[in-house]
Amino acid sequence: MSPENRNYMPESDVVGLNLKETELTLGMPGETRVTTDTGVKLGTKRGFSETIDLNLGRSNVKCHDKVCDDELENDVLGGATKSLTEKAQLVGWPPVRASRKNVMKSCKFIKVAVDGAPYLRKVDLEMYNSYQQLLSALEDMFSCLTIRNYLNEKKLMDPANGVEYVATYEDRDGDWMLVGDVPWKMFVESCKRVRLMKSSEAIGLAPRTPQKCSSTA
Amino acid sequence: MMNYFPDEVLEHVFDFVTSHRDRNAVSLVCKLWYRVERFSRQRVFIGNCYAISPERLIARFPGVKALTLKGKPHFADFNLVPQDWGGYVQPWIEALARSRIGLEELRLKRMVVSDESLDVLSRSFTNFKSLVLVSCEGFTTDGLAAIAANCRFLRELDLQENEIEEKKNHWLGCFPDSCTSLVSLNFACLKEINLAALERLVARNPNLKSLKLNRAVPIEALQRILMRAPQLVDLGTGSFVLDRDSDDSETYRKLKATIQKCRSIRNLSGFLEVAPRCLPAVYPICLNLTYLNLSYAAGIHGSELIKLIRFCGKLQRLWILDCIGDKGLEVVASTCKDLQELRVFPSDPFGAGHAAVTETGLVAISSGCPKLNSLLYFCQQMTNAALIAVAKNCTNFIRFRLCILDPAKPDPVTMQPLDEGFGAIVQSSKRIRRLSLSGLLTDRVFLYIGMYAEQLEMLSIAFAGDSDKGMLYVLNGCKKLRKLEIRDSPFGDMALLRDVGKYETMRSLWMSSCDVTLGGCKTLAKKMPRLNVEIINENDQMEFAHEDSQKVEKMYLYRTLVGPRKDAPEFVWTLV
Repeated sequence: MSPENRNYMPESDVVGLNLKETELTLGMPGETRVTTDTGVKLGTKRGFSETIDLNLGRSNVKCHDKVCDDELENDVLGGATKSLTEKAQLVGWPPVRASRKNVMKSCKFIKVAVDGAPYLRKVDLEMYNSYQQLLSALEDMFSCLTIRNYLNEKKLMDPANGVEYVATYEDRDGDWMLVGDVPWKMFVESCKRVRLMKSSEAIGLAPRTPQKCSSTA
Repeated sequence: MMNYFPDEVLEHVFDFVTSHRDRNAVSLVCKLWYRVERFSRQRVFIGNCYAISPERLIARFPGVKALTLKGKPHFADFNLVPQDWGGYVQPWIEALARSRIGLEELRLKRMVVSDESLDVLSRSFTNFKSLVLVSCEGFTTDGLAAIAANCRFLRELDLQENEIEEKKNHWLGCFPDSCTSLVSLNFACLKEINLAALERLVARNPNLKSLKLNRAVPIEALQRILMRAPQLVDLGTGSFVLDRDSDDSETYRKLKATIQKCRSIRNLSGFLEVAPRCLPAVYPICLNLTYLNLSYAAGIHGSELIKLIRFCGKLQRLWILDCIGDKGLEVVASTCKDLQELRVFPSDPFGAGHAAVTETGLVAISSGCPKLNSLLYFCQQMTNAALIAVAKNCTNFIRFRLCILDPAKPDPVTMQPLDEGFGAIVQSSKRIRRLSLSGLLTDRVFLYIGMYAEQLEMLSIAFAGDSDKGMLYVLNGCKKLRKLEIRDSPFGDMALLRDVGKYETMRSLWMSSCDVTLGGCKTLAKKMPRLNVEIINENDQMEFAHEDSQKVEKMYLYRTLVGPRKDAPEFVWTLV
């Protein structure tokens, strides 16, 4: 089912069945059904053209101009690849042999899971310079959540139902840790995946700092 | 007085003259010395395979035993030279075979090698001992099988960064059981290998000193191989990962114990795949290392690199990825006091450009390692102040190659070009022979280079300079210049044609995306018949108007004694 095949059919409303309302979509908790200008509904399954084809390391592009246009407008991850497209892609630059180009690691993409959400997202930790930036990005991505910062706690909350989430991550030793304890760079190096855990389940990980108020909408 | 000595005495004296340049100089003294020298010469170096022909080589040096040949221009490493440009070794091997030359060693760089050439090579020279192929292409593992099967006294097979098509032929098994003379084996650039054949080969070659494995050799096999070859001096590991399913601790313990027995290892490389928790297994041999190459080890993070480096107090050469960071380089500076060569490679050259090293790391190195004489440094940024500090700390640079990843980037603190910084380097390191520039640079840096870099032999320029004056400063000032390669810089016909005789004193000149025109190149070619002026024209032949005023996309010229080459493809025009 690609978006192109979904035509908005006002007739169904006239008939009274209001099929649109009962239309099945995938969505994150709290998302409303929104249609963009192009008629593409957010939360519906992406068509093939919209899935990501990250073209990292386009070293063989024959580009005589300093900047090549990179057509990734349908990039669902939004800003993640913008910095790559803005960078000049020059033939033979930087002067690195072909055998070394394979050594470079791709950006540090890790999976982000939110308790209760039907699917995971991926973020590139290299895109951010601080925990605050990461949480803002998560806030954007899971649009139902807002950041709450008490006394350096890194928490996210769903205002619709008052559920609090605690950001945790799995490190390279396989242990689940609270996001925010170690310096940012150390976190980027050691983080393998992130899970936004419901606060009620995060006993044992949550910091023992006095809380000013409990979670209410 | 030397004329009263018989030729044998002269020859015996010349035996002590080993470097190519010194022997070349000896041959120029007088006709007698020329004659004695040429018959006794065994090692010949040909830096450009198109500068001379195999026939003339054989005519002058009938006793040649060891030959080095180089083919494509250096910028071919970075995809700037199209496929099929040239550099074929076949005519050389065929000519040497026909003339019954007693070839024993062949070293090729950036050449096209075919399976047929390897087959002829393996059958034509009974005492053939050593084959070293660097950045070559055009052959498959069938060619390697011929070498393995036919070269009865093979001591060395060294394959460095070649493009080899791999067939399912288990070439390594083609070494006969009687092959016990191997000293050096490097197949790191291959993807597959026959493990059983490898282990048997190592077991029956007790003189093996240098062994570089590929990714297909798992850590368990490495342990078994090291058990058989504790005498290794030079080791390149393959995969350095413990399989999760196997009994990790037992394998790890055995590995660590085995490595500990390899007390002769001085050079360590590989780690093409690596699990950081396996690294401590090599700590026991780190103390003895003089060369460490971790530039392919993408899986090791900065903190682990640092832990490893702290054990390597005797390092003289270090090749590493920029994820070591400035902090890591500070640790190198405080640990590796004997460091002479450092290469820091980018771990993400085409990505978002967040290289982990800056001028800070370089200054720290220069401060802690005053013996540093060879540098290759890919970084995010550089300042004049830092370069000036480096120049003060280290005055012995022979090679200085700096690559700021963002082309033409100025000093981020002052927003000035980096002229003064590079100027300080060439002024303080009087013996500098190789230099690569980057960052924002004006004609001024070339003025400094022309003035101070008296020993400079190779210069690489990219996105630099303002006018022809820049190139002229270099051509006029650097008397020992041999190779000049320039890309994306505003140098044109005026600079190209000012001193045409200069190019006969050099090996080659490369200019791409500069301002030289077809007319200018034609003029040069006409004036200098002993230069091959080649234009590489990748555009559709029909579209390319033969306008003399048209700028030339890629020009490569080189001195030669044998005229235009006959194997040039359609897209290469040799101007006459």
